[in-house]
Amino acid sequence: MFDDFFTRALVAGIGLAITVGPLGCFVIWRRMAYFGDTMAHSALLGVALSLLFNLNLMLSVFIVAAVVSLLLLLLQKRGALSTDALLGILSHSALSIGLVMVAFMTWVRIDLVGFLFGDILAVSEADIDLVWGGGILVLFAIVYLWRPLLASTVNPELAEAEGLQPERARLYFMLLMALVIAIAMKIVGILLITSLLIIPAATARRFATSPEIMAVLASVIGALAVTGGLFGSLHFDTPSGPSIVVAAMGLFVLSLLPFGRKGEIETAIHSTHGGHH
Amino acid sequence: MLNFRDPDQKPLVLLNNAGVRRGGRWLVRGVEFSISRGEIVTLIGPNGSGKSTTAKAAIGVLKPDEGWVERKPGLRVGYVPQKLAIDWTLPLTVERLMTLTGPLKGREIEEALHSTGIAHLARAEVQHLSGGEFQRALLARAIARKPDLLVLDEPVQGVDFSGEIALYDLIKSIRNQTGCGILLISHDLHVVMAETDTVICLNGHVCCRGTPQVVSQSPEYLKLFGSRAAKTLAVYSHDHDHTHLPDGRVLHADGSITEHCHPDDGHHHGAHAEHGHADHDHADHVHDPDCGCGHQSRLQGLGNKETRRV
Ligand SMILES: [Zn+2]
Ligand SMILES: [Zn+2]
Ligand SMILES: [Zn+2]
Repeated sequence: MFDDFFTRALVAGIGLAITVGPLGCFVIWRRMAYFGDTMAHSALLGVALSLLFNLNLMLSVFIVAAVVSLLLLLLQKRGALSTDALLGILSHSALSIGLVMVAFMTWVRIDLVGFLFGDILAVSEADIDLVWGGGILVLFAIVYLWRPLLASTVNPELAEAEGLQPERARLYFMLLMALVIAIAMKIVGILLITSLLIIPAATARRFATSPEIMAVLASVIGALAVTGGLFGSLHFDTPSGPSIVVAAMGLFVLSLLPFGRKGEIETAIHSTHGGHH
Repeated sequence: MLNFRDPDQKPLVLLNNAGVRRGGRWLVRGVEFSISRGEIVTLIGPNGSGKSTTAKAAIGVLKPDEGWVERKPGLRVGYVPQKLAIDWTLPLTVERLMTLTGPLKGREIEEALHSTGIAHLARAEVQHLSGGEFQRALLARAIARKPDLLVLDEPVQGVDFSGEIALYDLIKSIRNQTGCGILLISHDLHVVMAETDTVICLNGHVCCRGTPQVVSQSPEYLKLFGSRAAKTLAVYSHDHDHTHLPDGRVLHADGSITEHCHPDDGHHHGAHAEHGHADHDHADHVHDPDCGCGHQSRLQGLGNKETRRV
């Protein structure tokens, strides 16, 4: 169907961006960027294991990311995981262990750069099916989990007191993150998955008036970034992942420019508060 | 006086000898109380005395490590937590905050915002609200759900004196309109909401319990509080038969010092936690400034109120 490699990359990339938009919003609302980074970096461990035991690549990446996230949750719950430093250590340790393991396996030749930074040439029709199939699954799950996830983002105790199950929602959220990391690895690469999660969401914040609008906008902005990045990647022969992140960054910077919108917000604040001062 | 209490009805929540332990330390132990429909229970105590822990155990956010907590099946809780910081990256208007934990009809949202006096802020982002406005928004959210039990963890924090009176009046009218039970937490050891049915004084355990004295009849309190506040506020007199030492140990009236204090530890005459016994011997009540007991510092406490009001 998509015989041109570039069309395939575009279709897969846009599917991915739509999927990660809402998830990325939760990552920034919950201040979990480092957490997500650690999970993503553990993906290389999954790659190494899949080569070692001849397992399906995406499946082993998903399993490793899920296990790492559950371990992190457990550590966090026990209060052992309190600082950014500890997450930073774990994040880069996971990446390094993966790299060392791959280096030891001299009998296989793998495109390390492709895993780290993404590779548009490698996107096959089967990958497109996975991205869209997995993406639709993730989006349905997010819609289903929306209320408990949002409520526990605001305050987990409040959510629990009023009959929602924040722990369960968080667990499912972690599994969705692991799934997205497994899907995203080929397109943006392990090192840059978190950027694709958080930059479009941060860009959307400026224009959003509700959590739901922000989630949709993050998907749209992500899709724009993927499109721009892939065209740039083709034109300048640059790796796809960094090109997409550069495009996302460009959109973020654009969103910071004061074009009328800021004045509107200030007027709105003044009018709602006017009666009190 | 409205009477919501039906003797045949089970209480909304009942704590029996409940204790919560964290990190090898008891945060609170031996807590017993119940809340019925229309009843207002106020938990008071110094910082770290286990008030929030007790409230969380009551609504099931924390599981008790000893004793038990019984809730009416299908109990609908409205909760205003003590600390609620909403990240600025989350775009949340007051209106959207209302349906955070469950769907509501537009009319229900409007009514709740009207009764808390913030209808004009419906479209404002919560991050832009003042402390008092945010507390009202949280209260509106909790009451819009039409809860059986409303749990308010220090609802008057960051609110000035007149705001405090207004909030207490509002809580009273919510109770009168809906007949819900209310669990209120306050760090003020001496002045509580006048409508309170039961005050539970906590400091790792129940130090004393009782009903507040209504002050609206007393001319000196009228002078101190002003007539409106005197109708809303009441003074609570503590009745302790033990003293909390600075190192966390407990000095009993019989002179013995123990690590912990329980009603049945053998150092208490009569019922430890019961208040206002006619035969209570005040001579054995040991006072010190930290004991949280009102006898010594009440006037000082009222003096503080006076300066806060000005
Ligand atoms: Zn005590
Ligand atoms: Zn007391
Ligand atoms: Zn004792």
